[in-house]
Amino acid sequence: MQYALLFYNPPLSELPEPERETRVSTMLAAMREWHEELTRAGVFRSMLRLAPVESATSLRGQAGKVLVHDGPFAETKEILGGLALLECADLDEALRWARRCPLVQIGTVEVRPEWNAARA
Amino acid sequence: MSHAESREALEAIARREYGRVLASLIASFGDFDLAEDALQEALATALERWPQDGVPRRPAAWLTVAARRRALDRLRHRAVQAEKREALQLGEALRQDERASAARDGLAGAEEEDEGMPDERLRLLFTCCHPALSDEARVALTLRMLGGLSTEAVARAFLLPVATLAKRLDRARRKIRAARIPYRVPPEEEWAERLSSVLAVVYLIFNEGYSATDAEPAVRRALCAEAIRLARVLAGLLPREGETHALLALMLLHDARRDARFTPDGALVPLDEQDRARWREAELGEGLAALRASAACAGRGAYALQAAIAAAHVLAPAGDATPWPTLARLYAELETLVPTPVVRVNRAVAEGRAHGPAAGLALLDALADGDARRLAAYLPYHAARADLLRRAGHVDLARDAYRSALALCRGEPERRFLAGRLQGLSR
Repeated sequence: MQYALLFYNPPLSELPEPERETRVSTMLAAMREWHEELTRAGVFRSMLRLAPVESATSLRGQAGKVLVHDGPFAETKEILGGLALLECADLDEALRWARRCPLVQIGTVEVRPEWNAARA
Repeated sequence: MSHAESREALEAIARREYGRVLASLIASFGDFDLAEDALQEALATALERWPQDGVPRRPAAWLTVAARRRALDRLRHRAVQAEKREALQLGEALRQDERASAARDGLAGAEEEDEGMPDERLRLLFTCCHPALSDEARVALTLRMLGGLSTEAVARAFLLPVATLAKRLDRARRKIRAARIPYRVPPEEEWAERLSSVLAVVYLIFNEGYSATDAEPAVRRALCAEAIRLARVLAGLLPREGETHALLALMLLHDARRDARFTPDGALVPLDEQDRARWREAELGEGLAALRASAACAGRGAYALQAAIAAAHVLAPAGDATPWPTLARLYAELETLVPTPVVRVNRAVAEGRAHGPAAGLALLDALADGDARRLAAYLPYHAARADLLRRAGHVDLARDAYRSALALCRGEPERRFLAGRLQGLSR
């Protein structure tokens, strides 16, 4: 079954100075390592790092019309910065991988199972 | 035996077996809802037939076989609707059934099989207490699925509307299914965290019952017995885990004193002033035995220390012979494991009784230096301080502290106790 790991954290560009640059590059290196582990274990399906939240556009249906506006779904300090799709046997396996995700150190990793009509 | 009595007795038997039967049904069908529905139907049949046919010698096996038949009927019915996935599920369930001699030999044969019935309750417990579920859901699921309490009973015990509790259970069941929370005993690397979650759920259930007053529904008080029952099962299934015995010991040593905790007019009685004749010998004995079983295991955890503290109180020949220096030492050790305000306040009390009020007050002051704002709103801090000041003879300061405590107090028994102490000061 596929699990989505959604990464919510403060934008890396807003990590505190002075060591922001080293912290960003350390984080990216750790993410690459995590990605390699996922691949070796055969659970990796896909991963996406998203552009800064300023680039977000949201659409919302209202009274039969679709309204377009500039910005993310919700203005929050921790934003959806990316996601990964993993193929895991059960929630425990997905949680084990999420726990090892480097981004968990600076924010929240939300684990969501794929929709399954028979299980919903 | 009147009809009502016999029904009650039969319900008690059925409820005792509920968790074990449900756990094995989930193990073979892999479907919580199917297992629960089938068991409900089997229980209804049992309550119809047992009064006439007599209680089977192996009620668990009887219920299991009856419920399996119901479940297989349902799966067959579903398979007829030509769902391929469910047809496969049926095939697997039938194959398992062939292996299960209980089912092959029918009800009569099943009665001989109870002892050999694999105990799957640990899997059910760990699933019900999974950290991906909320605390409230863990408690409700555990009582419902392992305790066999009805949704109505759990709702009454927690003073909640039945609809709220039903929704909570439903949401938890859906999450188990949709997120695929596995039905298994966790592996080594998750063991400590997962076991501590199970123990915490059992202790939560106990404390909910222990905080209940006589004015509240009796089913609330019954939560204590329910938690003790769960802990006995847990200690039986995990005899090498010291904390399972320790939690059982802790709860028994508390519960044994339940008749001595309040004065006739409903004021709380502190442990060292309780009437020891009203403590329950049998429960104390079982509690002390459980504590010994815990001590025989490796390591001494937080429950073992709390049980040792309860035992030190209980084993003192009289309230005024309470071994306060020992208690102070045990609390100090407990504080290294769980440095919570309640432990630190209790340590200060024990230190004050062991080495004079000044020693205890010094610990309380140190505590206040760390987090003055939070302690200002913390009832046990003010109550402990009031007691130590009273013992030190600082009447005016003690009076202020009792008033601070009373302003924060919400439970009637403790309010009466504090008010009594305050009154005693002015005399």
